[in-house]
Amino acid sequence: MSTTFWIILAGAIATYLTRVGGHLVISRFENIHPRVEAGLNAVPAAVLTTLVAPAVLGAGPAEWAALIVTALVSLRGGLMPMFLAGAAVLILARQFVG
Amino acid sequence: MTAEAISQSRTGGDFWDGVRLSMPVVVASAPFAILFGAIAVDSGFSVLEAFLMSAMIYGGASQMVGIELFGQHVAPWLIVLSIFAVNFRHVLYSAGIGRRIAHWPLLQQALGYFILTDPQFAVAEARAVSGKPVGFVWYLGLGLPVYVFWVIESGLGAVFGKLIPDTHALGVDFLLPIYFLGLVLGFRKRPLWLPVVAASAAASIIAYKTVGSPWHVSIGAVAGVLLAVILPPHHSGIGERP
Repeated sequence: MSTTFWIILAGAIATYLTRVGGHLVISRFENIHPRVEAGLNAVPAAVLTTLVAPAVLGAGPAEWAALIVTALVSLRGGLMPMFLAGAAVLILARQFVG
Repeated sequence: MTAEAISQSRTGGDFWDGVRLSMPVVVASAPFAILFGAIAVDSGFSVLEAFLMSAMIYGGASQMVGIELFGQHVAPWLIVLSIFAVNFRHVLYSAGIGRRIAHWPLLQQALGYFILTDPQFAVAEARAVSGKPVGFVWYLGLGLPVYVFWVIESGLGAVFGKLIPDTHALGVDFLLPIYFLGLVLGFRKRPLWLPVVAASAAASIIAYKTVGSPWHVSIGAVAGVLLAVILPPHHSGIGERP
């Protein structure tokens, strides 16, 4: 079995634990402490930000243009229009900037 | 009509009610499934591995994160930890939906939790709040099409991804940061969003420059979460609810 397969299997088990764990663990507590809940709420944005920020630093004009357009479209549209607009700008800009 | 026949036709109706509600989710997730497959192959996954990852993990954002880190040759345990971190929000869905489905037989519950994605939770919780019962058949009708299409489209994306000649010109290598930025901005209505994002961004950039990849992921994430925990609860809008 390849390393990749084990990563996938372990990732699947970890994911299933999050999906069944809330019911098994959290629902036993009457109240979640507000600070814990605030921390849990912050997890997705915190993790995903770390995948964007360093990429922004290492990028060039084509990538920056794409990210700026993505952010602007996000003020109005959902995830899909936002992503398509950003991707379109990226592909277009790379034809000129490389 | 006998009572049994009525109950059977009702069950079939429940299933198709769920399927109908699943269609917008199927359509919206299709491009991401194909994109996942294409990027997975671009990062060194085989077609089978991309297919398996979708079938076994079934969580779009976390699969993208796994692929991104895999492409950066990050240690396997850190990849798994990052998948766990991105999926950690499901703990809250699980606790919420658990109250609605606790009366199902155990195997049905086990399957129900396996397909508990963001839209699955949102639609099922909305049904429960509107006073309708969340039955297993309805829940399966909602979740099964999304799952089947997700897995098949991932495989198609992986096969198709191998055929793309110039991935740089098509921007394949930078689509993930755009996608992740979209997800981050999607959370912007949450309390403490801006301070959390600012703290995570600053910490991850500093960590990236000093400690190096992949630690910027864990360090940046911890910085944002800690800030949310440390700030007084009235800032987070939690605990004020009646």
